[in-house]
Amino acid sequence: MHRARTLYDKLVDRHTVRKLDEHAQQVLLYVDRTVLNEYTSPQAFTALRIAERPVWRPAAALGVVDHVNPTVVGRIAIPEDAAKQTSYFAENCRDFGIEIFDMKHAMQGIEHVVMPEIGLVLPGMVIAAGDSHTTTYGAFGALGFGIGTSDIEHYLATQTLIYKRLGSMRVTLDGDLPPGVRSKDVVMALIESIGASGATGYAIEFQGGGIRALSIEARMTLCNMAVECGARGALIAPDEKVMTYLSKTVRAPRDELWRLASERWLSLQSDCDAIFDREVILAAKEIAPMVTWGTSPDQAVKITECVPDPRMQADPVRRHAIERALAYMDLRPGQPVNTIQIQAAFIGSCTNSRIEDLRDAARVLDGRHIASGVRAIVVPGSMSVRRQAEAEGLDRIFTSAGFEWRQSGCSMCLAMNDDVLARAERCASSTNRNFEDRQGAGGRTHLMSPAMVAASAVAGRLADVRQLVGER
Amino acid sequence: MQAFVKVRGIAVPLAASNIDTDVIMPKQFLKGIDRSGLDRGLFYHLRFDEQGSPRPGFILNQAEWRDAAFLIAGPNFGCGSSREHAVWGLMQYGIRCIIAQSFAGIFFDNCARNGLLAIELGEEEVRRLLDLVSSPADNVLTIDLNNETICGRGLEIDFEIDPIRKDSLLKGLDAVGQTLEFRDEIRTFERNYLRENPWLEQK
Ligand code: SF4
Repeated sequence: MHRARTLYDKLVDRHTVRKLDEHAQQVLLYVDRTVLNEYTSPQAFTALRIAERPVWRPAAALGVVDHVNPTVVGRIAIPEDAAKQTSYFAENCRDFGIEIFDMKHAMQGIEHVVMPEIGLVLPGMVIAAGDSHTTTYGAFGALGFGIGTSDIEHYLATQTLIYKRLGSMRVTLDGDLPPGVRSKDVVMALIESIGASGATGYAIEFQGGGIRALSIEARMTLCNMAVECGARGALIAPDEKVMTYLSKTVRAPRDELWRLASERWLSLQSDCDAIFDREVILAAKEIAPMVTWGTSPDQAVKITECVPDPRMQADPVRRHAIERALAYMDLRPGQPVNTIQIQAAFIGSCTNSRIEDLRDAARVLDGRHIASGVRAIVVPGSMSVRRQAEAEGLDRIFTSAGFEWRQSGCSMCLAMNDDVLARAERCASSTNRNFEDRQGAGGRTHLMSPAMVAASAVAGRLADVRQLVGER
Repeated sequence: MQAFVKVRGIAVPLAASNIDTDVIMPKQFLKGIDRSGLDRGLFYHLRFDEQGSPRPGFILNQAEWRDAAFLIAGPNFGCGSSREHAVWGLMQYGIRCIIAQSFAGIFFDNCARNGLLAIELGEEEVRRLLDLVSSPADNVLTIDLNNETICGRGLEIDFEIDPIRKDSLLKGLDAVGQTLEFRDEIRTFERNYLRENPWLEQK
């Protein structure tokens, strides 16, 4: 008998090596590939060394240095602890036969930018990696999810994970986005509406005309940030746009294998009568540019709105959370968010540092200059993105506008290198987390799209990109 | 992995929601290549001020709670970054069990892999526990994994846990070793799978 299945079900079923319980709620899941970084992997390799276990399939892993490296040109002066991590990482990759893009490699970049751009993320894959934003790969119809270090070890030793099936949530984006609204705004609006744990226990599938209309890079932004509402997997069924994107990458299959694969990929979708455990519908026309005001990604409003008033919140736990966030962020209840002054602007991170993001920000900055008193940096997601941007002259637009033009890495997204906010410094940021101390102890982060960061840097305060450049 | 059977200890109330792993283990403690020294990093910015002196207001710095074995928290505990350092730090500090309204997925799995018991309870039950252990005289609980119960003064709460998770916690099993017992099955699966998806073999 035909049982309608979601795309998520199909991917899990296809990768099930064995059931671990009667109803296959827990399974031993075959994982196609991983990407490793220097800070969540060392203890996994040490455990393998101690147990004298080899890596099951070294060719199915790629190592990328991205979190601790400096992004200043030349990448000089790396501190001792970071040097220890990168050298142990190189040693591990060498000893276990894993390819590595180290700090000075021409293909280096943020792992979630590098993996798709070279064609290592293919539809239908399961990819687990030691970083929560592995959900990015859902843009290709691949099930990507983050794991901890013990599970990295488990993956490396067995090519599998002990996996518990998630519930399924469908998020439908109806209609086309209004001018000036980006996929970052869509995902921020989603997180705001369902909450920071709204999709905990679920894998999201994005559907609808609004999603189809998005470019692959915009879809990556969406899937990337889905983890901020708790989703451990965010899928979009592959379409012709995915095929076009992959056909230009260096490592996607070719010739006969490509024909075979692409035919299979295009058939990957949820059955039309599949039932989802939860449905969320977003009307594209109601979405506007979003900014966060608090210290959790769901504490967000439209740029035309105001900082909320905790006294309006009946629930004591939520009220307390708002009060605490306002104290940390040093904001007044009822203050219009577009009056919030900034001292820093950051364009980068695995959410928004791809070539389209840089083009989008550069369009806003072209012929303009950032406000005095603002320091601004742009950190391309990968060295390939950087080269492409330079070929298009975007670097000159950024530098003429007063931005620093950097080499690639995670940089001020989590400030494990030397790009750090000072205490009380306030930053418009194209990143994904506005947690306390995330970008530097006492630093204050406002999340938004790269175009909004650019507009805010020019205005010296949080600003509506639609006003700056007209509705386009 | 450390086994968990029945533990009696002090419980700390942390009523907030969305306590993220950046707060549990700030980035400056992620720079090692081993697991050492993470007890110092636990809740660092909450526990210590800019000079590195303990903040007397933070509950773990108060004598009645300093030797805590359990944490009780609101929804979405452990959200954010996948860093397992958060779990290692909690365990090095001496925390053996976290009770929360809900957990973020990666953190929940990281707990299981290290023998840190993570219990999800309803809002009402979490509230009762928070109220109880907020009084230093009543802050000792006994958590019995075998019987799936939490006992405190005048209160007994049943909890549920996935049987597979329970079994490996009770025995303190090494997951990798267990999975490798299915080595041949994985090989067979892989051979068939790569034959059907031949483009996955190349890189
Ligand atoms: S850019 Fe930020 S979110 Fe992305 S992998 Fe790096 S640190 Fe994590």
